Amino acid sequence: MELNELTAHEIRNLLESGKTSSEEVTRAVFAKIDREDGQIGAYITLCKEWAFDRAKTVDRKRKDGQAMPPLAGIPIAIKDNICTRDIRTTCSSKILENFFPPYQATVVEKILASDMVPIGKTNMDEFAMGSSTETSFFGVTHNPWNLEMIPGGSSGGSAASVANDEAIVSLGSDTGGSIRQPAGMCGVVGLKPTYGKVSRFGLIAFASSLDQIGPLTGDVEDSALLLDAICGHDARDSTSVDVPANHAKALSGSISKNIIGIPDEYFVGGLETEVETAVREAIKVLEGLGAKLQRVSLPHTDYAIATYYIIATAEASSNLARYDGVKYGYRHKAEKGLSLSEMYGKTRSEGFGVEVKRRIGLGTYTLSAGYYDAYYLKAQRVRTLIRNDFEKAFGKCDCIIAPTSPTAAFRIGEKIDNPLQMYLSDIFTIPANLAGIPAISIPCGLTRDGLPIGLQIMGKAFDETTILQTAYAYEQAADWRTITPDGNKL
Amino acid sequence: MTKITPDVVDHVTKLCRIHLTNEERKKFTEQLNQILTYMDKLNELNTENVEPTSHVVPLENVLRKDALSPSLGSEKALANAPDKHGEYFKVPRIINGTE
Repeated sequence: MELNELTAHEIRNLLESGKTSSEEVTRAVFAKIDREDGQIGAYITLCKEWAFDRAKTVDRKRKDGQAMPPLAGIPIAIKDNICTRDIRTTCSSKILENFFPPYQATVVEKILASDMVPIGKTNMDEFAMGSSTETSFFGVTHNPWNLEMIPGGSSGGSAASVANDEAIVSLGSDTGGSIRQPAGMCGVVGLKPTYGKVSRFGLIAFASSLDQIGPLTGDVEDSALLLDAICGHDARDSTSVDVPANHAKALSGSISKNIIGIPDEYFVGGLETEVETAVREAIKVLEGLGAKLQRVSLPHTDYAIATYYIIATAEASSNLARYDGVKYGYRHKAEKGLSLSEMYGKTRSEGFGVEVKRRIGLGTYTLSAGYYDAYYLKAQRVRTLIRNDFEKAFGKCDCIIAPTSPTAAFRIGEKIDNPLQMYLSDIFTIPANLAGIPAISIPCGLTRDGLPIGLQIMGKAFDETTILQTAYAYEQAADWRTITPDGNKL
Repeated sequence: MTKITPDVVDHVTKLCRIHLTNEERKKFTEQLNQILTYMDKLNELNTENVEPTSHVVPLENVLRKDALSPSLGSEKALANAPDKHGEYFKVPRIINGTE
């Protein structure tokens, strides 16, 4: 087994016993990228020199006998909507094609303080608006399990990089499922933390009341370790909350007293039979481990997509108003005599891709005079109903289990011309964002065509511990980790 | 209920400063209609006595100490500017008139 195929905690053991170095691990990762990323397209920008510099520094520190954080020396990929100082951060958009942030996102400061080794910036849907990583200005990312399939989105590059061993772990962002859905479709573990758990400072805003940064990893233990490294209060994000970070230590807690909620509304028409079968098998495994099952109802699930696409696009239209070609980013190459207003219009029309324009337009419409109450305010009220559903359900259970997505990965190009169809593929992930609760996707099987299926576990706000414990218990019992895309691709 | 005409699309794109080609305009009209019709689904619900959620974390105004702290500095702040003049961002003329 190559070093880049191991998990972070496995590599940690080798590093601590002196059997390998961060430099060697980093070399293995870049060797894989050099060989295969041309076909996968997980990365937009690589920072090789910086990575080796840091790897060597970390190795030296370790040799000197310094106490090292758990993830010291581990190569990490970063979604390209997270600001990295002096390293190009594009959001997969032409409008930010040459943007070099003058500051570091808080999560980047934190992974650097953890002595981790950043490898590069991963591909995504433009401004994280999409479910397939097809809307990137820099081209599509391919699913490592089958190159003709999408990797999911919007954190498709972050998921594919981990699935294809081109990074040990990665960071993504999740506004309506953008960590969990690609994790499910690429057969890795993806965690959306509770809203407020991880600082959003330096995350390029899409929908501020929904966005959250989280880890994509090869297994649940790595997910807990990376969450521990990035969570916590940050004065620069006033919505961030101070909560203890010791998820990795609590992983192996018994789940035999846990009550697992099974929501009726998530096992309905549109759910692929193979996905339903795999999820129901997983539920049996958890029952076998002693967990009690409890039917619950989330009656407003059917309204989540409409609610989400009103709120998210409204917030996006406001957040993306800042791209005007003045302070940074692309500007229309001015013809003489162009007015300021014309410059704005040409800059934005040329700089944004079609899905981003569609969402800005939609959000502008629902916020415009005469429509605000009918759409935006209405959606905010329904959001309350959806939150109340979860509150009621969590009165009866400790966590809720559901599929991550109704289908496995679909074909590249299949839904790109039908935005509504694309939106509907987020049906099971969106409610957690609207409610602000944490949720994790872990692999729970393969379709007959050999594509990964994701199992989603949702928890109470700030109770990542329960969903990580449940995920860990399932993973240990079912062990899908040993199955990798290697051998059936390239 | 909702019906978006090409005129409404023109109004909206003017508000958000995005120019569309004729073909894009036609496609947008069609797609926005389809999406907004789907969103009308929310009208099935009576939300008369439901408080809106603008944020899931219950926070009051968050204040910080009124203390000096370092900021970027004009050189760094200007480094990504598409056009600049000295310490200023440079933009096309705003007020019409002769030099």
